[in-house]
Amino acid sequence: MHDGFSGILNLTIGCGSLLLGVLSIILYFTGVFRSRRKVRLRHWPTWRAFSWCAGTFLAVLTLSVPFMEAAHHDFRLHMAGHLLLGMAAPLLLALGAPVTLLLRTLDTSRARKAAGWLKKPIFSFYRHPVTASVLNIGGLWVLYATPLFHAMHSHPIVYLIVHAHVFLAGYLFTVSMIYIDPAPVRHSPLFRTAVFIPALAAHGILSKYIYAYPPVGVPADQARQGAMLMYYGGDLIDLVLIILLFRSWYKQTGTRTKRFIEKKPAPS
Amino acid sequence: MTTESIQPSEDPRHHRLSRNMWAGILFGLGFVAFVDEAVFHQILHWHKFYDRSSTAAGLVSDGLFHAFSWFATVGGLYLVADLRRRQAFRHKMFWGGKLLGGGAFQLYDGTIQHKLMRIHQIRYEVDIIPYDLVWNGLAVIMIVIGLVLIRSARRDGFRKEAPVHA
Repeated sequence: MHDGFSGILNLTIGCGSLLLGVLSIILYFTGVFRSRRKVRLRHWPTWRAFSWCAGTFLAVLTLSVPFMEAAHHDFRLHMAGHLLLGMAAPLLLALGAPVTLLLRTLDTSRARKAAGWLKKPIFSFYRHPVTASVLNIGGLWVLYATPLFHAMHSHPIVYLIVHAHVFLAGYLFTVSMIYIDPAPVRHSPLFRTAVFIPALAAHGILSKYIYAYPPVGVPADQARQGAMLMYYGGDLIDLVLIILLFRSWYKQTGTRTKRFIEKKPAPS
Repeated sequence: MTTESIQPSEDPRHHRLSRNMWAGILFGLGFVAFVDEAVFHQILHWHKFYDRSSTAAGLVSDGLFHAFSWFATVGGLYLVADLRRRQAFRHKMFWGGKLLGGGAFQLYDGTIQHKLMRIHQIRYEVDIIPYDLVWNGLAVIMIVIGLVLIRSARRDGFRKEAPVHA
């Protein structure tokens, strides 16, 4: 199982992700300082910068060479890495509100152009809760319920693609469920809830499937502990997403009620 | 006020009373699911994470209810917060809904999920009948008390609460 695992590509993934991580933090802080210089804008919250750094750190950590090698031998670590890379890091990065920061940093005409870009139907398609859920949870089913998991460990390129997919689909899922950055197409909280429930259920069912039928090459006791980690860890992170989803509903209905009482028209 | 401006179903009193009930049903369901997980899975270790005799439908049903219970708990509490903000929170109706929702879920879990779909039993290596009787008996009692409370809350809701305040 370990023979085909090429050290060079491993190193490339590790160094590449470290480089991307450092670059993302530099860019983010450049944005923060530039936007703080604009006096007319509201102060950019420090906790968002913290969140961005923490998310970057977790993603780089799970793609570092020592972690990847340890996770290769231990399914529990592999699963912990997936929780961090596919759920925790995307949530922390999304809370960093990178698109909002970008739009604030750019000058007006460029920001307008960028905002126009984000309105393209292709983004709305990928950001649709159903698309994002299918890519995210469907991808995991394909990974663990087919020979792909085994293939991933013998072909480094597959390893890279799988991990990039886990991270990107995780981010997509997060931003499809909670709107922190501007979202041109906004789905109602009820609709997002209706999509989220089967997605979370499919995640839980997959954990139990892994518990019952370990992927090829994984010892049964490791598969069981990894599956339980997936089940409860997934619950925990999704609970944060659920709270954020309902919190935004609560705030939104609050302003609507106030507007109704004060008989003010809705802002256009 | 003409009948066109306010539909009977949009009567705020009726709307808010049933919203209190739904907040209770959701929170009750979520709470029972949480107790099931915390007490019977984690503390007592009576329930199993996975039972080989589970049917496929059982796994799907368990997964859906488990996921739904998180939304029900959080959503139910935010509904309560919203009702309190509007000063429309009614304890009796909330308790009625809570017992009804919790009892209904416990009965579903104890009969369909445990017995029909065999996702797991309440406890292993014991005579299961007394456990099942207490589990489902308790569920029925919760449902009955819940329904009685809801009926009574609905009655005094329309009697006492004549002027509606925002």
